[in-house]
Amino acid sequence: MWRRPWCGRARRGDEPVAETVLVIACGALAREIEAIRKSRGWEHLRLQCLDASLHNRPERIPGRLREAIRRNRDAYGRIFVAYADCGTAGGIDAVLKEEGVERLDGAHCYEFFAGSERFARLAATDPGAFYLTDFLARHFDRFVIEPLGLDRHPQLRDAYFGNYRKLVFLSQTEDEELLAAAESAAAKLKLDFEHMHTGYGGLETGLLAQFDQRAIPVGATTLRHPAQSEAESQDLPIEATSRDSATPLRYARNDNKEAASI
Amino acid sequence: MTDQDTHPEDEEIILAELDDSELVEQMHEDLYDGLKEEIVEGTSILLARDWPADKVLNEALVEGMRIVGIDFRDGILFVPEVLLAANAMKGGMELLRPLLSETGVKPIGKMVIGTVKGDIHDIGKNLVGMMLEGAGFEVFDIGINNSVEDYFEALEKHQPDILGMSALLTTTMPYMKVVIDEMVKQGIRDDYIVLVGGAPLNEEFGRAVGADAYCRDAAQAADVAPAMVRARQAGG
Repeated sequence: MWRRPWCGRARRGDEPVAETVLVIACGALAREIEAIRKSRGWEHLRLQCLDASLHNRPERIPGRLREAIRRNRDAYGRIFVAYADCGTAGGIDAVLKEEGVERLDGAHCYEFFAGSERFARLAATDPGAFYLTDFLARHFDRFVIEPLGLDRHPQLRDAYFGNYRKLVFLSQTEDEELLAAAESAAAKLKLDFEHMHTGYGGLETGLLAQFDQRAIPVGATTLRHPAQSEAESQDLPIEATSRDSATPLRYARNDNKEAASI
Repeated sequence: MTDQDTHPEDEEIILAELDDSELVEQMHEDLYDGLKEEIVEGTSILLARDWPADKVLNEALVEGMRIVGIDFRDGILFVPEVLLAANAMKGGMELLRPLLSETGVKPIGKMVIGTVKGDIHDIGKNLVGMMLEGAGFEVFDIGINNSVEDYFEALEKHQPDILGMSALLTTTMPYMKVVIDEMVKQGIRDDYIVLVGGAPLNEEFGRAVGADAYCRDAAQAADVAPAMVRARQAGG
């Protein structure tokens, strides 16, 4: 059972108090951020997720991020965005610059999981590699097969994947079921399979840079909104909620037929 | 089944029984639905009725794909449907291509098109190539993952009016500037119209890399390319 974290009020004594930070993240990172939060004991991290299927229409991400930032600005001391550039060609950065908010480094989650140097080497060595993360392996049909119409029109396989040679599974956890799911995905796409364990990579170090250095003195919390507790009471267990879409994240259904960018 | 149970849309349509305008309209619908066999059949019927190949191409196929392009732009159709439509059009084009070359009609212009280095995505590029071919261009598709040297070799070999570059990845699209900068350096930039396109691009990016135009989609490319070639031929 998720326990509502302590936030905002001073503790006894002179212990430093962590500033409550809202992380607005891609829904594809919810499980990973929750795992990092638990392992690090960051009770001052609150998470709101935008629908992961926005990646099928990346041009919509910057505007949705701006809305989410503005909706929450008064209720949180600080906001951090757990997105990379994510195919927006600087669109996210333009919004974040205007709003004064930082994001994770990198072009996409493959890069920050694998690390920029390692991913650059991978991409240069073989541009014909299609990448899966834990999230995509877990939701392969919903986020790859169905949006591309391959369930309805398997003959389109060559149009989408004819130039790909292999599927590389960049795993965040050591999970045999996910490994099997990723292998099965490669077989479905008729691609060679490679597995590379990355752990949380730049996601964890990016969050670490935000959170571990941010302890602040007692009474100096920067929570600005008097109705803070009301705002926070809406923060639900991280993996169970996509506040942006008001649907359970794990089971959020993308019924549109927008195609993923591959 | 009684007559009352039969809906008009369930009735089999015999393409050969339709008059010309009905057949062309039906072909637009079949393209929209991605029905390749029907498009091939419709194309054959129109040719058998002595329609010139370029008329079949323009009125049946290109116009049908234009409608598909509009609905894609408006979010009514999505990539899978566009690919199926393109595949259907390809079926018709295979019949028409040899006839079009036999007529000896001079193409509007020539285009070399390819995806930039590091990028293997070619769906958009293929659609642009097909639409420009439909618009009367001779298209030389040099494929994916093209270096500056690859582009230059193709320009030298084919002497096109237009160089088209495509990229899907934000990490590969800056390579367009590498190519254009090298064209400037070699003093050949103004010899060609340079068009760029790809999902993450926009007009600002097109200007920033020094392209003549950014094309949002294949339908727009098929409008922009002939207009720019004609303007250049007219000395504009």
